[in-house]
Amino acid sequence: MRNGRKKSYVVFSVILLIVLAILFLFPLYWIVTGSVKDKADILIKAGESVRWIPFTDVSPTLANYDNLFRSTTELFRFEAFGYTVTGPEIPMALRWLFNSVFISVMAMLLSCITASLAGYVLAKKRFYGRAALFTLFVCAIALPKQVILIPLLSLSTFLGIANTSWAVICPVVGWPFGVFLMKQFSETIPSEMLEAARIDGAGEVRTFWSVVMPLIKPGFGALAIFTFINAWNEYPLQLVMLTDNVEKTIALGIAGLQSSDSTDYGLIMAGAALASVPIIIIFLIFQKYFTQGITMGAVKG
Amino acid sequence: MSKQAMSQSPVLRRRETVVSYLFLLPALFFFVCFVVTPMAMGVVTSLTDSHMGGGSFVGLKNYVELFQDPVFLKSMVNTVIIVVVSVPVVTVFSLWVGSAIYEMRASARSFFRCVFYLPVVTGSVAVVVVWRWMFHTYNGLFNHLLTGAGILDRGFSFLGDPRTALACVILILFTTSIGQPIVLYVAALGNVDSSMVEAAEVDGATRMQIFWRIKWPAITPTTLYVVVITTINSFQCFALIQLLTSGGPNYATSTVMYYLYETAFRQYQYGYADAMGVVLAIVIALFSALQFKVMNGGATE
Repeated sequence: MRNGRKKSYVVFSVILLIVLAILFLFPLYWIVTGSVKDKADILIKAGESVRWIPFTDVSPTLANYDNLFRSTTELFRFEAFGYTVTGPEIPMALRWLFNSVFISVMAMLLSCITASLAGYVLAKKRFYGRAALFTLFVCAIALPKQVILIPLLSLSTFLGIANTSWAVICPVVGWPFGVFLMKQFSETIPSEMLEAARIDGAGEVRTFWSVVMPLIKPGFGALAIFTFINAWNEYPLQLVMLTDNVEKTIALGIAGLQSSDSTDYGLIMAGAALASVPIIIIFLIFQKYFTQGITMGAVKG
Repeated sequence: MSKQAMSQSPVLRRRETVVSYLFLLPALFFFVCFVVTPMAMGVVTSLTDSHMGGGSFVGLKNYVELFQDPVFLKSMVNTVIIVVVSVPVVTVFSLWVGSAIYEMRASARSFFRCVFYLPVVTGSVAVVVVWRWMFHTYNGLFNHLLTGAGILDRGFSFLGDPRTALACVILILFTTSIGQPIVLYVAALGNVDSSMVEAAEVDGATRMQIFWRIKWPAITPTTLYVVVITTINSFQCFALIQLLTSGGPNYATSTVMYYLYETAFRQYQYGYADAMGVVLAIVIALFSALQFKVMNGGATE
């Protein structure tokens, strides 16, 4: 009797999980298949059946991507020593993608540097003001970060970085979650090893470089992928900071496509595919670190 | 380590302090510039009638006006509804999914964990554009299926009807919120003492007894963390609203964060918007403190 009930519970939960998994995967499927449907296939007429699957009831087309890549711009442009350096001509959508990648990579690198240094001393050094500083960091994490959007914009304008990628990168790096995460990882370093390095005559920088860094490697992996995805998806900050079309990220770009013509679904889905497929691939490759990062960040410190 | 710290001489400790702050410098630079400064600026600006260019000190006038502003009150009610519905649903649901997939093979576990995390990775913009299309009155998949099945006789405007718009927002918010809690619960369940579970099974305890007596107390800290982060995130619900409904119809889906954005970046009333941000931050802090109190009380009982 009890065994039977247990078995039926397991069957029930597996079925429910599979149904849910389909519900979660379906939007992604609908983006990708929507992006290769032409205008006739994408609008469902009353009485007709839905065109579900490419190659069977839909003949796939790349017209939407052609459309998406139609308007072009330079990859980059900057002025130095009186010269203007411009990059090769590329589609605007790829420029958006490039901006997203640039923001995420820079935020990732800077976070890894600043957070590993800070996390290490917070975990392993005893210095004046340590407790107060740590409390301040934790309080800042608990505060809603979107409420500082307006002052951030005034500040960026004042600093002259508004409407550049740096206006998104800097606040992401400043957010102290990374410090907290790296502190958690640094706690695991045996103090004896630091002591041994000191006795062997290694200076502070040397100790950090050759003893601490190798030990907190998993922390770097976790923080890197975490910051990358966070910066990529920091939509409100991007929305407020980046108003020039060429400075937009891919997320802002698609949002713009939707607001200019909300019924050209093929084009919007092509944009959405361009925005989501690369980040999903990155996530799948570095999944292990990511899971670890989330779990370590949650442990109370 | 703490024993060592006690015995440290003041000279050594001073040296340690200098070194520590040098290590902390990069992180502190970004933290102070891009988190602390804007926070302070936000509080100061909320006491002025700042708008585009200039503004003078008005004391608490913005705050008094806020509580007489029907749109703000409506937005606050909507935000609280979103929080009150989504926090328990997300927590219970992610706990269920977490426990269900925890008992599966490792490959199945990581498959499901990945699937439920995908909407977080792809980011709100890609998620929202596809849901918005699926919800569409004439071109949407749901309406097509519902009319095809004879449940509806013509397309229903899910996002345009005040009775359903907020529910749609909560549904999409749900799909983007459960990924992280599931990862946390799977990790937390892995830390539950398995010998205790086995002993209880030998003694003939039921599934429910094992869950409530052994697992639940062990994962309480995780539950607290999940509840707090889900609360903070739900309170800040913005991207979804801005991309899905723009707060409409007639402010039926406006949240505090969305109204803040509109006030600041459409009407340029920075002072008034900053006052909203401060109120939101206080409300979130109160909610988090309350949850800590309730959950900790439950744990010590």
